Amino acid sequence: MTAIGGAILGTMSLATPLVLAALGETVVQRAGVVNVGLEGMILTGAFVAFVGTEMSVRLHWHLVGYGPNPYVGLIAAALAGVLLAVVFAVFVVKLSANQVVVGVALNLMALGLTGTLLRLLPRAAGGFLNTQALPQVFYSLTILTPMAFLAVPAVWWWLFRTRRGLELRACGEQPVAAESAGVPVLRRRTAAILFGGAMAGLAGGFLSVGDVPTFQEGMSSGRGFIALAIVTSGRWNPWGCLVAALLFGFADRLQIQGQALGIHLPHDLLLAAPYVATLLILAFGTGWSQSPAALGRPYRRA
Amino acid sequence: MTVSKDPEAPISIDQNLPAETKLTPTESSRSWLSGAGRSLAWAAIYFLGFLVLLTATFLVLRIPPLVGLNSLCVGAFGDAHSGHLPALSDTLIEAAPLLLTGLGVVVAWRAGLFSIGGEGQLLMGALAATMLAKHGKHLSPPLLTALMVTSAMLAGSLWGALAGWLRVKRKVQEVISTIMLNYVAKFVVSWLVLGALQEHTHHNPQSESLSNALLFARLLPREWTGGLQTSLHIGVPLAFMAFPIVWLMLFHTRFGFGLRLVGQNAEAAKTARFPVEKLRVQAMAISGALCGLAGVIELLGGATGSLPAEGFSPGWGYTAVPVALLGGLNPAGTLLSALFFGGLTQGCRNLAQFQSVPTVLIYLVQAMAVLAVVGIRAWNARRTGRETN
Repeated sequence: MTAIGGAILGTMSLATPLVLAALGETVVQRAGVVNVGLEGMILTGAFVAFVGTEMSVRLHWHLVGYGPNPYVGLIAAALAGVLLAVVFAVFVVKLSANQVVVGVALNLMALGLTGTLLRLLPRAAGGFLNTQALPQVFYSLTILTPMAFLAVPAVWWWLFRTRRGLELRACGEQPVAAESAGVPVLRRRTAAILFGGAMAGLAGGFLSVGDVPTFQEGMSSGRGFIALAIVTSGRWNPWGCLVAALLFGFADRLQIQGQALGIHLPHDLLLAAPYVATLLILAFGTGWSQSPAALGRPYRRA
Repeated sequence: MTVSKDPEAPISIDQNLPAETKLTPTESSRSWLSGAGRSLAWAAIYFLGFLVLLTATFLVLRIPPLVGLNSLCVGAFGDAHSGHLPALSDTLIEAAPLLLTGLGVVVAWRAGLFSIGGEGQLLMGALAATMLAKHGKHLSPPLLTALMVTSAMLAGSLWGALAGWLRVKRKVQEVISTIMLNYVAKFVVSWLVLGALQEHTHHNPQSESLSNALLFARLLPREWTGGLQTSLHIGVPLAFMAFPIVWLMLFHTRFGFGLRLVGQNAEAAKTARFPVEKLRVQAMAISGALCGLAGVIELLGGATGSLPAEGFSPGWGYTAVPVALLGGLNPAGTLLSALFFGGLTQGCRNLAQFQSVPTVLIYLVQAMAVLAVVGIRAWNARRTGRETN
């Protein structure tokens, strides 16, 4: 493996959770809903993937073998993401509450819930929390990375080349018109939110059983917010998201590489770089014009 | 069919109008309770909803609910054994930054902006004050303290105005930009505190401890409290003074009127020749100044009097959003909800001491409070068939 190959794989690996979460959020926002609770969903996914992997020891399935099984954890993480998404959807779609406020509340809830449950774990007393990592399927990559990258064309094709995708986009552009054309707007929005939750859960799973098989309090460390920025700077298009996510992954990689080589880079300024880059992209890149017209507005049937 | 049609707002902010407008039904003449009574009745319902969720949380965590509730109350108000004054003063101290950042959210919201940038503005305020303290040692302490407070407010307001400028000139959604600016501020603080501003021994990840002459004086001397040690300092009344000022500004000045008009109907404000863009940037600047003030009050009133590289704020700027929301997005309500959250924080701290729960439980409890209020409000709007906006 050459150095360049390693760098490419590293970048792809670091971009994986961002691609997963941003793809989910793209679908959600195309349906006209902003989910600021993405950060909380990722954090919950990370926690549940970790716990699920540990708990899978008790399953004793011949099918999955003995010992902690990270795939079980991954499925649990996706389900946990869906569960939080159900809460979000009840408030946002059913009760048409403010989307940003409910999202902020979900973030608080996830931070409190994972932090509290972490202390209740029997092993947490020992201090160090490790678990079984996902097996590497392609060089150093786990199953999630090819999954995330293949999901990009799949989501793009679904959004822009199928009838259902068109209907979903209509819910985000002109919900009133969509409804009168027979599209169940609320149901489509709910479905989009649930999909976004599952993707965010998987992104969280990557954090705790993918790269480094460990869980820390608040380990999502702003990735949900970066994913939100990626969706915006990627113009609500899966391909745009992929490019933006890879840029973020590359910046991350550069910083890790710099540390490993002992190059003296101001660590904190490098950490701030992706956020500054996002601001610059948003301010001087695309502008708001491409956003779904009904983004963030609750819809209620007459 | 109800889709709000404000072309100015990419994110609908008209969902949660201030409590007084929401709680007054259209046919108020038929109601058996009027104005304030109705608001109180609703507050009681919200509180009951919150208690139900809290009890459920306690049951899940296997804490006896009544023991847990008692523990929260003792933490917030004290008990006969250890006295009420220390607990109450700690609650006030906890409430002060929440009040300021919460008011920051209210001011921005009234201009139609959803600022989640309190955290970054607060940090930039504390940072500016710390820089000034390092370079202004030759100044007399009272003057330097005053200058530190001013510079913190200035730095916070610049950080806020930046988000406002990005919104009106570059159409960058303030929800995203303020979050990004929070992270930038966080890393700038840790970069400077670990570099140019680090204390002289270079051992600890924090800035030089400020001299006692600079720090806020204790408000209650021991002779007054019967020997009890309270940590109440001058910064707390300073913070609470912001409430009448913001209230007067919003509801009794021409500027405040324009600001609220922009928030309620930007098109109408534009037609009436109000400088919409300028007002929005100014609102963000004021919001930032309030948060910067919170930062310097925590710096000068804190135990160490120094700025750590990490963890200066336990998320006041983020908690400000639920604080302002629970306060119905008006100054008086925010005052009450900041006190409520301050009490909750102290209560959770007390709970964590005696039960096997961590202090992060507070975030869960806060989320429960927000969801209870948002849920009941939205459900009520639905039930009565009124428009939420």
